[in-house]
Amino acid sequence: MCDTCGCNVTHGNRHLIEEGGKHAHTSDDHVAIEVLENLLSENDHQAAHNRDHFERHGVLAINLMSSPGSGKTRLLERTIDHLKERYKIGVIEGDLETENDARRIRDKGVPAVQITTGTACHLDAHMIHQALHQTPLDELDLLFIENVGNLVCPASFDLGQHLNVTLLSVTEGDDKPAKYPVIFRAADHVLITKSDLLPLLDDFDPDNAGQSLQQLAYKNPITLVSAKSDQGMDEWLNWLEAQLNQASATEPTTATV
Amino acid sequence: MHELSVCQSMLRQVEEIAQREQATSVERIVIQIGPLSGVVPELLQQAFTIARCGTSAEAAELVTQSQPVRVHCLQCGYDSDAQANRLLCAECGDYRTRLISGDELLLASVELTKN
Repeated sequence: MCDTCGCNVTHGNRHLIEEGGKHAHTSDDHVAIEVLENLLSENDHQAAHNRDHFERHGVLAINLMSSPGSGKTRLLERTIDHLKERYKIGVIEGDLETENDARRIRDKGVPAVQITTGTACHLDAHMIHQALHQTPLDELDLLFIENVGNLVCPASFDLGQHLNVTLLSVTEGDDKPAKYPVIFRAADHVLITKSDLLPLLDDFDPDNAGQSLQQLAYKNPITLVSAKSDQGMDEWLNWLEAQLNQASATEPTTATV
Repeated sequence: MHELSVCQSMLRQVEEIAQREQATSVERIVIQIGPLSGVVPELLQQAFTIARCGTSAEAAELVTQSQPVRVHCLQCGYDSDAQANRLLCAECGDYRTRLISGDELLLASVELTKN
């Protein structure tokens, strides 16, 4: 078998050494190896592990993404007020610095782990895995992961969540989905938050936001909510409960170790 | 800003392959990045000049290939070109489409030098 006369090339492996094949030699006599793996395969592997972990414990994990200041923590506080008697909720908070958000959540009587990323602009699956060591998954039905406030980077990193919720506050532009298509496309539910401020803002039209989302081939729910006035909270809470019911219906019936 | 993380992850994958293949160095890394991947090719190139230092890909060239944004219409079945923020069917205009290309973030191939 040699690499010069072609005696090792058979009908079955010829495609490997032809141009574009797994072991094709280039003109400089380098060996070209076809890989075709996701660039973030390390993260994806860890994310799959996290997802398994959630499922083994019967926990539904929801990733909240938005720009800074769109009301993620406020929405969580209000959601906890409404649901904590019926569901056991936990939160993982991501911020560059401070424990402030985790403290706000703990004040509501639910466990919260704060991840401070330092300079990193997003959470990744490894950070979530670390945080899970401090999260009492056995005692939870629902885990919210509040991502770092950023409409760009968090969209590229799978954390192992089951669902993504993207928030757009009415104090931002109604064309945000057109400007940041990746993060809005990834959403299973878009919440237009701070709706109580709409009467004061004549330049945000929820219909425009809806159209902008539709142009991204977005087919999931869009809800106008205010964590202050509770407008739209019923719709959001009903959606959450439907997801929880659906998740528990698909859980394996026999307990696994 | 997350391009450096993406780049470091890519280099770990590349180094693993180089080691497995017992290569002396990495000459070329070819990746596919779609406009809807969330990664900017120019920023990834910049990150690469920093991240490659001290790795077996120190002298490697990074080639980024972009894939066109294309959608399949779930209503009329037509496949058409689209834009990152306008994923409507070019034939019937419906928004109920499925992306068929444009969100790739793939390590396509690596070229290695062996002893």
